[in-house]
Amino acid sequence: MCVTTRIEVTAVDDPRAARIVHLVRLLGVMGLVGCRVSRVYYLQGDLPADDIDRLSREVLIDPVVNEVIVGSPSPTSYPVVEVAPRPGVTDVEARELERAAAALGLPPLRASTARRYELIGDLDEAAVSAISRQLLANEIIELHSLGTVQPCFDSPASGEAQVNTVKLAGLGDADLVRLSREGLLSLDLGEMRAIQEHFEREGRDPTDAELETLAQTWSEHCMHKTFRARIRLEHTKSDGSVAISSHEGLLAALREVTEELAPPWLRSAFDDNAGIVAFDNDFDLAFKVETHNHPSALEPFGGANTGIGGVVRDVMGVSARPIACTNVLCFGPPDPADRDLPPGVLHPRRVRDGVVAGIGDYGNKLGLPTVNGAVIYDEGYVANPLVYCGALGLLPSGSHPTEPQAGDRIIAIGGRTGRDGIHGATFSSAGMDEATAEQAGTAVQIGDPITQKGCIEVVEQARDLRIYHAITDCGAGGFSSAVGEMGEHLGAEVDLSGVPLKYAGLEPWEIWLSEAQERMVLAVPSSRVGTLGELCEHHEVEMTDLGRFTGTGRLVVRHGETPVVDLPMEFLHRGAPRKEMVGRWADPVPEPVEMPEVDPTRVLLELLSHPTVASKEAIVRTYDHEVRGGTVGRPFVGVRADGPGDGAVLKPLGTWHHDAAVALSVGINPRIGRLDPWSMALHAIDEAVRNLVAVGGDPARVALLDNFCWGDPTKPDRLGSLVRALEGCLEGARRYRMPFISGKDSLFNEYAGEPIPGTLLISALGLVPDLHRTVASAFTRAGCDLWLVGDPSDRLGGSLVDDLLGICDRRVPPTLDEPLERYIAVHRLIADGSVTAAHDVSDGGIAVAIAEMAIGGRLGVEATVPAAGSGGILAALTNEAVGRLLLESPPARRGHLAARLGPLGRRIGVVTGSSSIEIAVAGAAEPQPLHREPVSISLDSAVRAFTGRSRES
Amino acid sequence: MTSPPILILHAPGTNRDAEAAVAVELAGGDPRIVSMTDLRRGVASMSDFGGLVLPGGFSYGDALGAGVRLALEMRTWLYEELANSVRLGRPVLGICNGFQALLKSGLLGESSGPEGRLGVTLTDNANGRFECRWVTLRVEPVFRSGWLGSLAGMKIRCPVAHGEGRVAVSDPEVVGILEAERRIAFRYLSGDGQQGGDRVAGGLYPANPNGSVGDIAGLCDATGAVVGLMPHPEDHVVDWQRPGGPPGARGLPLFKAFVDAAR
Repeated sequence: MCVTTRIEVTAVDDPRAARIVHLVRLLGVMGLVGCRVSRVYYLQGDLPADDIDRLSREVLIDPVVNEVIVGSPSPTSYPVVEVAPRPGVTDVEARELERAAAALGLPPLRASTARRYELIGDLDEAAVSAISRQLLANEIIELHSLGTVQPCFDSPASGEAQVNTVKLAGLGDADLVRLSREGLLSLDLGEMRAIQEHFEREGRDPTDAELETLAQTWSEHCMHKTFRARIRLEHTKSDGSVAISSHEGLLAALREVTEELAPPWLRSAFDDNAGIVAFDNDFDLAFKVETHNHPSALEPFGGANTGIGGVVRDVMGVSARPIACTNVLCFGPPDPADRDLPPGVLHPRRVRDGVVAGIGDYGNKLGLPTVNGAVIYDEGYVANPLVYCGALGLLPSGSHPTEPQAGDRIIAIGGRTGRDGIHGATFSSAGMDEATAEQAGTAVQIGDPITQKGCIEVVEQARDLRIYHAITDCGAGGFSSAVGEMGEHLGAEVDLSGVPLKYAGLEPWEIWLSEAQERMVLAVPSSRVGTLGELCEHHEVEMTDLGRFTGTGRLVVRHGETPVVDLPMEFLHRGAPRKEMVGRWADPVPEPVEMPEVDPTRVLLELLSHPTVASKEAIVRTYDHEVRGGTVGRPFVGVRADGPGDGAVLKPLGTWHHDAAVALSVGINPRIGRLDPWSMALHAIDEAVRNLVAVGGDPARVALLDNFCWGDPTKPDRLGSLVRALEGCLEGARRYRMPFISGKDSLFNEYAGEPIPGTLLISALGLVPDLHRTVASAFTRAGCDLWLVGDPSDRLGGSLVDDLLGICDRRVPPTLDEPLERYIAVHRLIADGSVTAAHDVSDGGIAVAIAEMAIGGRLGVEATVPAAGSGGILAALTNEAVGRLLLESPPARRGHLAARLGPLGRRIGVVTGSSSIEIAVAGAAEPQPLHREPVSISLDSAVRAFTGRSRES
Repeated sequence: MTSPPILILHAPGTNRDAEAAVAVELAGGDPRIVSMTDLRRGVASMSDFGGLVLPGGFSYGDALGAGVRLALEMRTWLYEELANSVRLGRPVLGICNGFQALLKSGLLGESSGPEGRLGVTLTDNANGRFECRWVTLRVEPVFRSGWLGSLAGMKIRCPVAHGEGRVAVSDPEVVGILEAERRIAFRYLSGDGQQGGDRVAGGLYPANPNGSVGDIAGLCDATGAVVGLMPHPEDHVVDWQRPGGPPGARGLPLFKAFVDAAR
């Protein structure tokens, strides 16, 4: 007898309930006064009441805080919404419940879960519907219903493995284009023709799996067609002259500069899943940053969750043990009214909350410190948020094998394969619109970090035992791209019939293309497969033998006896026609600007409370930044640990016998990019370097990562901006003498034809020679001097104040021709102990930066900052010129600093024991107000503006 | 002096095992990270070790509640061995997820409280979020025979990093009972250990980061051999790990006392 039992568990004082009431109010829905949140478990199986009781007592109910109802739902007169994962969506809780039942020795059962919300208050149907749609459930991955939700146990739909043939022969251009569009292949006409011709030569039509394999391999996401294309750029300058240039491949150009710089500590750049540099005599560091934008737009938690999971696997894919995570997030402003949002777009607040929860969930559960990042709010990201996810790894030098051998077994380890993530790569290679959510349902997934944690342990031990010849992650394209890439020079034979599935009923092409998470593929000699199996068993990780690498140069896939794919590797990897593309960019023509009449003090307070500047504690404290015990430079600094940290400093476990540490930082400024993408690249590089130097990083040991997020590159204006930014990167790498070691592009970030602002993230990886010689941004002692390194600019284009006050300056601050000298000087001063605090000047300008140092140290300051060219007081206080750092130093070191910095630095003030922030401007074009400084605020009001807290606790 | 072998239990999802091993090693112990699989199969046995550390992490993903599944595994596979080890006075230290599992497994023992149950649990933080920040703890005067006895009054600064660390009780009088039984091993203090002196957090965020009743940060069993706490003393064993503030207040003495008790 098979019955289904419902168990409803409620925590008596669940903090989620109050949170829901708060969020409902923010939605503008009135009438909710309380909420009762419950977990619902459905158990299906032949279970006596005693067993159900035992399972409940042992694992479901905590008698101290829980109330429980077994059987029918708890009676209530209030509306109830229940939410359950759709069939096929990862439900770790249900799986663990099944395993716990097995551990208790109970008869086999199947479990499914739901959440129940009893909405207490006076709500009409429309209000309940709004709450459940906009807050409680996401229809892409969840079912929701008013009242009891039907439990869904993944149903084993049966069916023979079926391979279909897709008719290509004889199709005309229009039909080829339609086939690509309707099949979500994201292939253009030229590519469809190339495929048609190939199969004409073979004398047959392709199978569904072959067509899908080609679409994945040739997708923008996997092949980076735009970055390999031949591009002609027409660049109109502000004086009207036009410069034409051509690029023989953007990726190749980045590689070329890296090869030109070729520092001795560079181990691997652009060749593998992550860039690799030397750390010390024994270890190398691997670093990679990825994006997960489209999935995060649709299902913020799952999208960001799997974004972290994916980039961590990239680092595992170069045999490194992951040791830290980073993330940079770009959202729409958090408070627009719902009616202002484009149809089908989730509210930016919901996107933010979901993304942050997803990042925290995955990183925290993997035991990786999330140590560095940024959060930017801008109108340009309302419909298309950006979620950059980074991972750092450590590996013994020379321990990453990259040569699969003919005869090696193809071994998959990790999670099971489901229908999840089908078409992820092609889905992210097209723009989004209202219909995207419907089409892309399966492209969005929920992660399972504990399965991946097991894989991390297995891969590290397998590496140390030298069990495998090559390794890669299963990312976009799933097995098809993992096996296809690893076997590119050998050929491979795969049998899909043995792949463990989450549920039955998958067609062979779905198994082959599934982007189910938490899977790695290894090339293992037959003699070592047994040892790998033992490791997997030890860590409770599933392992599957998929087939072998052959040496025939063909990719052959079967499902049992049924042929699925038979393609030459040569055509798969080099058959796609190279693209010819055109980009156009016109520099804006400067126009005279009128500075608004404003009180600088008020502007400073507004900047400090701007969401881009203000404290990110509410977000970042939900990430574990301490795990692994090596976080030396933290996200929050100062006496109350609420000042902003500039960069992260990490001391990896296993390297405690020496004093060197790792530094990580980022630079990003989309506002400048709107006006001048070339300058954006140099500004972003400079910001990343400033941040790194500010925490003690050595500017001679910096490697850079690029991440381009742009709109549809087939539109010349988007491509023109992209190419200009790339040219800026090339110039920046040369000027700063810092190689790019890895990068990634995410294109087609558009919603209904509207692109995001082209956004370049620069991530920097550096070395701190001595972890005892790091400094933070918080003032440390009254009486210390405040120094400024670098010069201001009167150009406000791209600055936060320009955006805030609507100034519309179209001139961006100039870049630095010789940037390194100052950073080397500052680094030496930090390294010799002359500097006691350092902070970079960026978003909001120098007044914000000085205030942040004061907030961190809970100390006052009196400073006189230099005027910016012909600009007035406001420009002096808020311009975002590059190359500037603020330093705190004891007066005894005054002569030393003056000698080391020369004309690059000047003393601008003193740290005081008072509780006020006083900032004057020297040499401004306009008269200063009488009897007081232009900026005079109490420390307390600065703290309140920055932290959003009503008073000091 | 010999280094006593210390078992550091690794279940799927455990993640602060390596730091716990470093702390034990610096304290003079011989840490061995042993998997649940090996204990279950009898490849390793608790009887070979002088003490047991249950480190932090998300065992089995904490999908059924923090530490619930690990507690079940311990009850199912290790209870007799562990109980025997405790009877011999061998120290057990559960940190964060390890504390959650200890408490939910029953290894922190029974009480003279209502119905003989301990009546205390660890549940969602009061603010409903995962929280990572440094806190100040004080070792409370616990049962004299326990290995924490010599540390009473000592302060430790170290981070918390958890979502389910709020100590909650079934009845307000349980706190008084725990106190009378000297089961409260650690409390959150306000301030950084110097400034603020010995004042407890008084339930105020962020000094009490999770809303724990009575500012309780850790508990021990009636013998004082089994100790659990939410914060991470293993993340402050050397000076450079501290984010500024007054010197000292490291977690290392805690591990030294643990290792001494394991000899």
